[in-house]
Parts: sequence; structure tokens; C-alpha cells
Amino acid sequence: MKIPVNTLFAIFLLVFLSGCHTLRGTGDMGVVIERATGSVQIIETTQQTKLNQVDGLGDLSHASIVFSRDERFAYVFGRDGGLTKIDLLTAKIDKRIIQSGNSIGGAISQDGKLVAVSNYTPGGVKVFDAETLQLVADIPALYGEDKQQSKVVGLVDAPGQKFVFSLYDAGEIWIADFSQGDAPDVTRFKGIGKQPYDGLITPDGRYYIAGLFGEDGLALLDLWHLEKGVKSILNDYGRGSKKMPVYKMPHLEGWAMTEDYAFLPAVGRNEVLVVDRRSWKQLASIPVHGQPVFVMARPDGRQVWVNFAFPRNDTVQVLDTETLQVAETLKPGKAVLHMEFTPRGEHVWISARDAGKVTVYDTESFKAITTMPMNKPSGIFFTSRAHRTGL
Amino acid sequence: MLLSHSVYATQALSAMLSEQRRAELRDLLLQDCGSCHGMTLKGGLGPALTPEALKDKPREFIELTIREGRSGTPMPPWKGILSQDEIRWLVDTLYTGIKQ
Repeated sequence: MKIPVNTLFAIFLLVFLSGCHTLRGTGDMGVVIERATGSVQIIETTQQTKLNQVDGLGDLSHASIVFSRDERFAYVFGRDGGLTKIDLLTAKIDKRIIQSGNSIGGAISQDGKLVAVSNYTPGGVKVFDAETLQLVADIPALYGEDKQQSKVVGLVDAPGQKFVFSLYDAGEIWIADFSQGDAPDVTRFKGIGKQPYDGLITPDGRYYIAGLFGEDGLALLDLWHLEKGVKSILNDYGRGSKKMPVYKMPHLEGWAMTEDYAFLPAVGRNEVLVVDRRSWKQLASIPVHGQPVFVMARPDGRQVWVNFAFPRNDTVQVLDTETLQVAETLKPGKAVLHMEFTPRGEHVWISARDAGKVTVYDTESFKAITTMPMNKPSGIFFTSRAHRTGL
Repeated sequence: MLLSHSVYATQALSAMLSEQRRAELRDLLLQDCGSCHGMTLKGGLGPALTPEALKDKPREFIELTIREGRSGTPMPPWKGILSQDEIRWLVDTLYTGIKQ
């Protein structure tokens, strides 16, 4: 059969064009913050390459990210109150607003429809429609008889379409329940401890834990039994050792849990605290290189990786969760700011701000697989966070 | 001409800090002080440290705060890390503002 030339040409064109627009998934993608230049790098973890850069994100010092439930969009919370929705596939800003004067982090609701931001100025939480970034609710963190306004920290999402957060100046924990509609039902727990500096929610969404700066110990809230109130745990962990000057606050994330233990940073001490997840009693403390900032379990719970505060911030240590000993000490470069595991944990990505690079390590061999130059890299966030409560 | 003692002393001492050390201190100010005070020094967990925010605060008060910290707050003492000359230079820089 003789095929006409124009038909052949049409077939050729079709094949050629379809090859130009390869479809890709976002499940192996991530975002790295470049904290000084208002830009982010969109990366992928399968080949470990940079895909795109997005600019114009304002003050990204201490920026953090949550992902839409379809892993298509990243919501970037900027220090200057910027909230930016980035399309990971087009590498463009989908929407951007300035929602406060000074902001420290955010969360996405259980159903993915609401994005909440925790603000220092004005102190409180604002909640936005995840699609349009329209304001849905404004919750000023007012406390005391004089109605002072507190900085808000430790904002997480919780089951039941809730957000849980702590008031740094007030020493309170609040729950904002959006299950009945856009006007939240707010429950306040007062006198939970001095200067809660951050909070985490356990991966099962049951326990909210606020770390305290103003006293030894942490505040524990069982979200399945609010009638029990907030319990003080580990309030004698500092006994017998002297507290050192704290040059950077530790950070609490749900990554800190394994099946049996919670691994928590001690404030002002070169220690990681090992806590029994059933009794919430301290079982051990592991002496480490410096004051921990991030304490993160590999997804399988076999290792915990720790980075440290200034001035000992060029080092990462790996703890074995069976022996509770330091298994390895690594030097990823000056000013290690953040770490992120691939979803099943074969690699970890580590940012070193002053060394201007992100290094990918094999978590079994501890070998550096690749390094990527970046401009003052800080937070690293992978799309798999989209399906984890508290992240 | 009489210069006030502290200005004269600061100018003389500033000359002792090498260009490299000053660059390191500038970095420390934005990145490590900035951990709490914001990388733009506009505030965070700690108060703003812009020239506007500090203009009515006496030098001695700021130097003391940096050296000794402020008990009951997260402001740590930096005396174990910074020399007196370096603290004085940092305060000069805070008053005049830092280019970013």
C-alpha cells in the first residue's frame, strides 16, 4: 500500500511533538530554599538533579513549606509574611500574598483545603483557602487580662480538620477546630509551661508535644483525651548538668519518633533525650557533638540523624536507635541547616549554608553520592510530606 | 579637638579588626544573630535591631546585652565567642545599619 507523503509527514510530526512534552509525576520532587536570595530550587530525588529555579519569594530566611494533597503545589511561608503557592510542574508562582509582618511557619489541613500560617507579628494564626489563598479565618493570639498578643509557634495540622499551635509569650496551647465550617471552634489550654518554642505532632496524630525554653521539660497533650489536659513530661531532664548558652533554638518535628521512642533535643545541652512513647518517661540521654537543632529519624526508624547549633554547626551525627550510640559523624560543610530523607529513606539530603551546597548521602554506607551547588541553602522539603500529618 | 572617649576608642579598635574578620562578623550578624532577630534584622523571636529600633538605646546597654545575654529570655551571652573589640564593632554596625 502506498502511503501519501502528507500522511507520513503528519505521523512524523505527531511522534516528534509528543516526545517534546514528557509527562512526569511530582512524587519524587522537592524544593530547597535559598534563604538569602528569595529563590527556591525545584529538585528531583531519583537522579538527584535540579529542575528549575523560582525567584521573587521575598525574605526566605527561616522559610518552610507544605505541599498540596495532590503534590502539585508547594506553599512557601516566608519570614516577611509572604505566602506563595508555587506550581512544581510549571515552576511558576501560582499565587502570592503578604499576610503578616513576620511569620515563622505553616500547616495544611487534613483535607488539604485550608492552609494556616503561624505569625509573630501580629501574633496569631491566619487560615487561607488552599486553592485561592483567600482569607478564611483570623485567630489573634490574645491572652491574659490585658489581651496581649503572643507570638505563635509549633503550628501543626491534626486529625478532625484541626490545627494545633502554641503561644510563646503566653505559655498556652490552642486547638482550632474547622470541622464545622470556616469559623473555628477554639480550645485553649493555659499554663502549659514557660516559653514554648516549637511543637510537634506524633505521626499518628495523637500527641502534640511543645518544647519549653523557659523551664526544663515539655508539654504533652493527648488529642484523643483532651479532658486530661496538658501534662508536663521530662521536667527533670536537666538535673545535674549545667545549661549552656543557646545560640539557636532546637526544632521539633514529627520525624523524631520511632515505634518505641521519641528522640528529642535537650535545650542548652549537648544531648539527645530518649523518651519512651508509652510512658513518656526519659529512658536515656545520648551525648552528642553540640546542641541539637534537628533530630530526625530515618523513615524505617533504624537511625536518627542530628545537626547542631552555632558554633558547632558543621557536623551531623547518626545515632543507632538500638544501641543508642553515635554510629557515625559526618562533616557536610559549614552551617548545616537542614536534612530531609527520601520517602523510603535510602538517601538523605543535607544543606550547608556557608559551604553553598546540598549533599546527598547514602544512609547505609554514609557515602556522599552527589553535591549540588546552591546559594545559601536552608530548608529542604520533599513532596512526600503531602501525605503526612504534621508535615 | 576632643573626641568623646568611646568614639575615639572604637575608631582605634576598629582598625584592629582585619577586613576578613569584619566580613565574618557581618555574616554572623545576619545569619546567626539573624536566627532570632531575622536575617534582615527586622525581628523574629528577638526584637528588631535596625538603626531605627536601636537609635534611642545607649551603647553600653547593647554591648552588655550582647556580652552577658538577657536572663529569662532566649538571648544568650556572646562573651565566650566574641571579644570586646568585636562586640563594639558590631554595635557600631548596628547603629549605622548593614548593607544587604
